[in-house]
Amino acid sequence: MIYLDYAATTPVDERVLRVMRPFFSEIFGNPSSAHRFGQRAEAAVETARETVAGVLNCRPDEIIFTAGGTEADNLALRGVMLAEMESGRNRLLTARTEHAAVSKTAEHLEKYAGVQVTWLTVDEFGQVRPEHVAGALREDAALVSVMFANNEVGTVNPIAALAPLCRERRVLFHSDAVQAAGYLDVDVQKLGVDLLALGGHKLYGPKGVGALFVRHGTGLVPSLTGGGQETGRRAGTHNVPYIVGFAEALRLAKEERQERIAHVQPLRDYVIARVLQEIPEARLSGHPEQRLPNHASFVFRDADGNLLVQLLDAAGFACSSGSACKTGRPEPSEVLLAMGFTPAWARGSLRVTLGLGTTPEQVEAFLAVLPSLVERARRLHKEKTRS
Amino acid sequence: MTRVVVAMSGGVDSSVAAALLKRQGYEVIGIMLRLWSEPGKEDSNRCCAPDAMMLARRVAARLDIPFYVVDAGEVFRATVVQEFLDGYARGETPNPCLVCNRQIRWGFLWQHALAFGADYLATGHYARRGEANGKAVLLKARDQTKDQSYVLHVLSQEQLQRTLFPVGEYLKSEVRQMAAEWGLPSALRRDSQDLCFLAGEDYRVFLRRYAADIFRPGVVMRRDGQVIGTHSGLPAYTIGQRKGLGVATMTPLYVLAKDAAANALIVGTAEELGQRKAWARAVNWVRGEAPSQPLRVEVKIRYTARPVWAEVTPLDDGSRVRIDFDTPVRDATPGQAAVFYAGEMVLGGGIIEATGNNLPTIHPCHCEPP
Repeated sequence: MIYLDYAATTPVDERVLRVMRPFFSEIFGNPSSAHRFGQRAEAAVETARETVAGVLNCRPDEIIFTAGGTEADNLALRGVMLAEMESGRNRLLTARTEHAAVSKTAEHLEKYAGVQVTWLTVDEFGQVRPEHVAGALREDAALVSVMFANNEVGTVNPIAALAPLCRERRVLFHSDAVQAAGYLDVDVQKLGVDLLALGGHKLYGPKGVGALFVRHGTGLVPSLTGGGQETGRRAGTHNVPYIVGFAEALRLAKEERQERIAHVQPLRDYVIARVLQEIPEARLSGHPEQRLPNHASFVFRDADGNLLVQLLDAAGFACSSGSACKTGRPEPSEVLLAMGFTPAWARGSLRVTLGLGTTPEQVEAFLAVLPSLVERARRLHKEKTRS
Repeated sequence: MTRVVVAMSGGVDSSVAAALLKRQGYEVIGIMLRLWSEPGKEDSNRCCAPDAMMLARRVAARLDIPFYVVDAGEVFRATVVQEFLDGYARGETPNPCLVCNRQIRWGFLWQHALAFGADYLATGHYARRGEANGKAVLLKARDQTKDQSYVLHVLSQEQLQRTLFPVGEYLKSEVRQMAAEWGLPSALRRDSQDLCFLAGEDYRVFLRRYAADIFRPGVVMRRDGQVIGTHSGLPAYTIGQRKGLGVATMTPLYVLAKDAAANALIVGTAEELGQRKAWARAVNWVRGEAPSQPLRVEVKIRYTARPVWAEVTPLDDGSRVRIDFDTPVRDATPGQAAVFYAGEMVLGGGIIEATGNNLPTIHPCHCEPP
């Protein structure tokens, strides 16, 4: 099996695993405990916090560890909106192209918490442009949430242009950087964001751990209440080994960023060129240049992306589709529809994401089978809709 | 390595089928079709309910085989459900499982299996496949009480050659035992009974919702044309039915036939119920070619019927037949299949389109239909 789905998740780097290991049984203390066991664990968590703060170029006390990117996004949206609504501002601006961790949370807040949501316009590449945000900001705006890089189509948003625009208007800005942090500079000062969400498992760290950067002075109502960990903003005993692993993975991602990009980007460009050249009625989805360096995503007209992924799996290649579902009822991806693709195109999406383990031979083998499998998926799609 | 796609449902039979193939050394891929459910009733549709899907997925995980769910909702609705409605509109009593086997399992799924590079398609049906004179033959299951060869008569020779029925060699009790022994999560699941898309509902309720216009009140009459009552709509009745006819008579009356053209329910006494002849259309010959001579065979006229001796005469090019029963049969029903057996072997079968005998009747079926 050849793995080409690094945007879904990545294997844990051996070096990351190594630094995690002692914190399961050996240095097992609870960081909140007063004794030496607790102190040693606490030291590990605080060192990890400094490491993360170093990568983000922020203060350590601006980092809240969470159980993953989804929780970080939830805490950002819920925490800020509940805090801001006390001052009468109840509008959240975000886009349909956001990861569900943001878009579903926005819908939830709208339904249950009286939050007003404005869905920002995106362009044909799924990009939120400064003029889209500027045109939508009103007096009641509390928070704008725009992802750094899109998980489905790889498009990178101009965060460094969007965030300052919001700051001028005294509107808080959150960015989901879960996909981006593996390859892009997440310096929160350069970006100008007030909040930024990260996750471990997209950058060769463990699953189930992440972090939220919250700029000093930003009001945030906690979602999890309890023992007062993370300065009362996120209760629950620290997941020490995973926090340690996450910090190490993020540190390595920054340290090795140029090498990693140099490895995946030429392979990505090769995949894109060959697919567009060899497969009829194929289009690149997302931005042609401003996209993640490991991310290639396509739409094939009149093909069922879900089925294509199954055929690829049976042929030995693991990819994913925006319409992927394991229950056999594929819906065209909302992200692609928001970008203006018709359902006939949006249903046939394929995401090929490369990683450190990807080799030119793997890519060649993949490209050798893809055209015939797209053809088969199209034939079966015709079969399905013939009646 | 020989690759087999197994049609999985989450049930014990298809689970054991997959397990047997895996043990026999095949490269096994599990595919589950998501069939059509009425909007909002997905959870009660037995074949595709989330729990059935989860069971199948767990079985596949236990066997360490790839597992995919393929959406067949629209094609299922357009073929199986539509023909179910059309059949009742024609005054017949359709058998959707036949349409499903022909159009969905050995149609839609077959195409998918080929696309997945399969050499064989396997199902959890109780039937066996043998060989005679270089041809594949379809045989009854070893477990005669579970035999499903009746609904498999629609398979072409080419399809049968590339089909496997792994559980057909076993008794149901043995299948359950294997499932338990191998720790398959579906071991204790009860068998399915009803049509999957009815979601446990009476078929008449379903019909009224989807084809209310086919329930037109009409007359109940004897064969001689004597009107003795009214009926609420032909689809509510089935051939041989005695109760609920809404007419009071000295001798019990039975549904003899449904005259769709006249929207009349034809009733008569038990003696009139027997039919000596039947005609069947859309006949499939499992061998791949129709016989040139009339055949002495046993015929099953319903899934659960006992086989009866008859002479089957090919008509046209063999795509239709006339069936002359040795003794009259009471419930030969248009829309159901008549399946021809030579001992254990299924020769073929078709859909009963008309029945008749030599009694005087206004029903137009005592001569060969056009």
